[in-house]
Amino acid sequence: MLQFLARRLLVALLVCITVLTFAFALTRLSGDLAISIAGPNSTAADIEIIRKAYGLDRPVIQQFFDWVGRAIVGDFGQSYFFRERVAKLIGDRLPITLTLGLVGLGIALTVALPLGVISALREGRPIDRLISLVALLGQAMPSFWLGLVLMITFGLHLGWLPVSGTGTWQHFVMPGTVLAFSAIPALMRLTRSGMIDAMSADYIRTARAKGLSRASIILKHAARNAAMPVVSIAAVQLGFMLGGSIVIETVFALHGVGFLAWESISKNDFPTVQAVVLLLAIIYTLLTLGADMLNALLDPRLRAS
Amino acid sequence: MRGWRSAGLWVGAFIVGFTFLVAVFAPMLTAHDPFGQDLSRRLIPPFWMEGGKPAHWLGTDQLGRDYLARLVYGARISMLIGVMTVITSGLIGISLGVAGGFFGGRIDDVILFIITARLSIPLILVALAVVSLVGSSLTVVVATLGLLLWERFAVVARVATMQVRNLDYVAAAWSAGCSQPYIVLREILPNILSPLAVVATLEMALAILLEAALSFLGLGVPPPLPSWGLMIAEAKDYMFFSAWVIMVPGLSLFALVFGINLLGDGLRDLLKTGRVA
Amino acid sequence: MTALLEVQGLDISFGGLTAVRGASLEVNRGETHCLVGESGCGKSVTALAMMGLLPGNAVRRAETLRFDGGDLRGLSEKEMSRLRGDRMAMIFQEPMTSLNPAYTVGSQMAEVMLRHRGGSRRAAMDRAAELLARVRITSPGMRLGQYPHQLSGGLRQRVMIAMALMCDPELLIADEPTTALDVTVQAQILRLLADLQKDLGLAILLITHDLGVVARTAHRVSVMYAGEVVESSPVRTLFSRPMHPYTRGLLSCVPVPGKIRPGEPLGSIPGMVPQVTERFEGCAFRQRCSLMRPDCAGPITRHRLGVDHAYLCQIPPEEMARS
Repeated sequence: MLQFLARRLLVALLVCITVLTFAFALTRLSGDLAISIAGPNSTAADIEIIRKAYGLDRPVIQQFFDWVGRAIVGDFGQSYFFRERVAKLIGDRLPITLTLGLVGLGIALTVALPLGVISALREGRPIDRLISLVALLGQAMPSFWLGLVLMITFGLHLGWLPVSGTGTWQHFVMPGTVLAFSAIPALMRLTRSGMIDAMSADYIRTARAKGLSRASIILKHAARNAAMPVVSIAAVQLGFMLGGSIVIETVFALHGVGFLAWESISKNDFPTVQAVVLLLAIIYTLLTLGADMLNALLDPRLRAS
Repeated sequence: MRGWRSAGLWVGAFIVGFTFLVAVFAPMLTAHDPFGQDLSRRLIPPFWMEGGKPAHWLGTDQLGRDYLARLVYGARISMLIGVMTVITSGLIGISLGVAGGFFGGRIDDVILFIITARLSIPLILVALAVVSLVGSSLTVVVATLGLLLWERFAVVARVATMQVRNLDYVAAAWSAGCSQPYIVLREILPNILSPLAVVATLEMALAILLEAALSFLGLGVPPPLPSWGLMIAEAKDYMFFSAWVIMVPGLSLFALVFGINLLGDGLRDLLKTGRVA
Repeated sequence: MTALLEVQGLDISFGGLTAVRGASLEVNRGETHCLVGESGCGKSVTALAMMGLLPGNAVRRAETLRFDGGDLRGLSEKEMSRLRGDRMAMIFQEPMTSLNPAYTVGSQMAEVMLRHRGGSRRAAMDRAAELLARVRITSPGMRLGQYPHQLSGGLRQRVMIAMALMCDPELLIADEPTTALDVTVQAQILRLLADLQKDLGLAILLITHDLGVVARTAHRVSVMYAGEVVESSPVRTLFSRPMHPYTRGLLSCVPVPGKIRPGEPLGSIPGMVPQVTERFEGCAFRQRCSLMRPDCAGPITRHRLGVDHAYLCQIPPEEMARS
């Protein structure tokens, strides 16, 4: 078990390093950074000053290791645009994005799990077809458009929910719902197939032969075994949601990390961009690791190896 | 039940086919120029709504451009993005996947690592960053998405290759002395095409949605091209007054992606059972 | 004394295909009744039908289906589920997959008792340990905390038996309990079942395809072929005076050391078992029977010899004894 964990951590570390390098290389794509920062109307002298000020005159490798060295201790440098430490910027915005992600996941699970179970138990019947159809519709929905439509309907016409900002929990309902939409189809489908497989297993026949109640058979015996792939996917979906929050936060004007990412990209604020990419990669890696551990907890067979 | 499943396949195929035809025959479907601005005719609603004019079936946008024309030419962009991205990402993903599945061992380990690393990168973020750095254009968007969306191709190709590699007819080819490239091309590739076709439809839908999102955020296809996502972005400021400006391109996007998904699902059922439902 | 389990005229079909027709049998208290036949003859389905465990698309009809005098036919699923695990229990062929991998042995055993008798978890666990010892599993306390994947096939089957006995059932239905196990383990399990029967007065319906198992364990035997019970008798009678041509054919297929000489061909029954799809009128065995007559295509008579031997054939006993 420990060996398993150690190996996974090593891979995770390597992945993060790769992403780190990638993120760094990404920002150097446009060629001379100093020119981008200085802007179109600057003179050669201005550019030189900027180059020196931001340390862009040193060799690229040195810049890289410099950044890595400081990143390890949490110093991501100064934002070019916001005039604040990048770490503080991210720190301020992260709670909002995390809340949004968790709300989205919560809504997704609340909707997808029961629907998946119902679909499985009524496999092939009309309700199953209907639920599958709805899932398909959800998958096709462009998230930003859905957000706008919800805004018009619930914000403007019905006036039930606020359309932007982050003051109260109501502010997270619409964005959370839109985010959930992207995860529900996959989660529902997985729950459904997991339950179908579990319900046709031999141990369910044994459970019926023992005279256990239907509720106990479904919830205790089948669901427990069906849960395992769902947990992995749920973690992955959370990762995707955090990545996809960029669009939702922009639509709903939520000042989270996603919105920050968009702002810093459009303003060529490279330190921030690098930091955000790295942060999301780390979160995603941690989530998959967490999912693996949760799986081991759920399936005793995995613990032995 | 059977009818339902096959209905999905046909409906999906119809939607995709229809959009394809609309894209190809765009100039014949509308006399208006999608780029022709006329500020004296701004924001005319569709003809069935109050204030609509028969000359502009779906009304005009905030710069006086005919909406139907923009919609129809926008179909070209969506289809182009979808197809080109799938080809690019398919080539990359399938090559990686087949290599990993066929050679196994260290090569497979490396390829698995690359796939994992790619999965850890936040997709939209990177796409936005690239476009903002390199400059936005149709080519850039296609290239970026193509270079990023290959992981599902790789995963499916890898698994399918590993399954096929162990089958008897491949062993027969080995013992007959066939060279590796021959085996890959003639024995393995034809037999992994089915699941990959399903992946292709899914990726196409995803590419179209992503381009729309990128364009919506201002870092995708540049104006004045009539990308549906861009149209929604441009209409955002007016949506509280006239909702139809975002409904038209939005519904088109939704319908197209839905159709592609139906097609993909139908294909998957078809290939799984050998017949539809 | 009436039989514990009484079945008469049982018909089971799946979506129009007949799997079992007109099956009848009885199991008495303290007795082992073996239901023997080839794969696909409908014996497992018959057992499932009695427990009410048939899949949703199955149609079950019976003239009589009684357990301890009570009619099982009209019982709802809820009422059946109260009987199952409590007064009638069943164990299956595949011990490897019949236990839930996510829960410990102890908790899976305890839940039977908690469901039917209530009480504390501790009491249920104690009873589980007691039964594990009864089925001759060593260190029962430790076993309670183990997971199924940590046990061998033979051990798991013993656990299944112990689990079936948690609420002291009166009837145990065992569907090919030893088929998936090693020969040595088979013998142990069969001996265990015999001992438990003696100690607890258990009635056992044992499904098997192995005549050797029948010879060791049965008091009464019913032979099934293509969904019908073609012969039923006490075990000794079956081996000494088989009546139905199929039974005779089966017995001739078993080489008996001492009786068979080198060079002698092994017995076999020509032809193949008919598929479930074919609609049958008359005797299902007639295509393979050397004694077939024209009237075998019509309704078949059930002959009785004495009070406890019956077989399904057109040929009367006197004629059969001669051939």
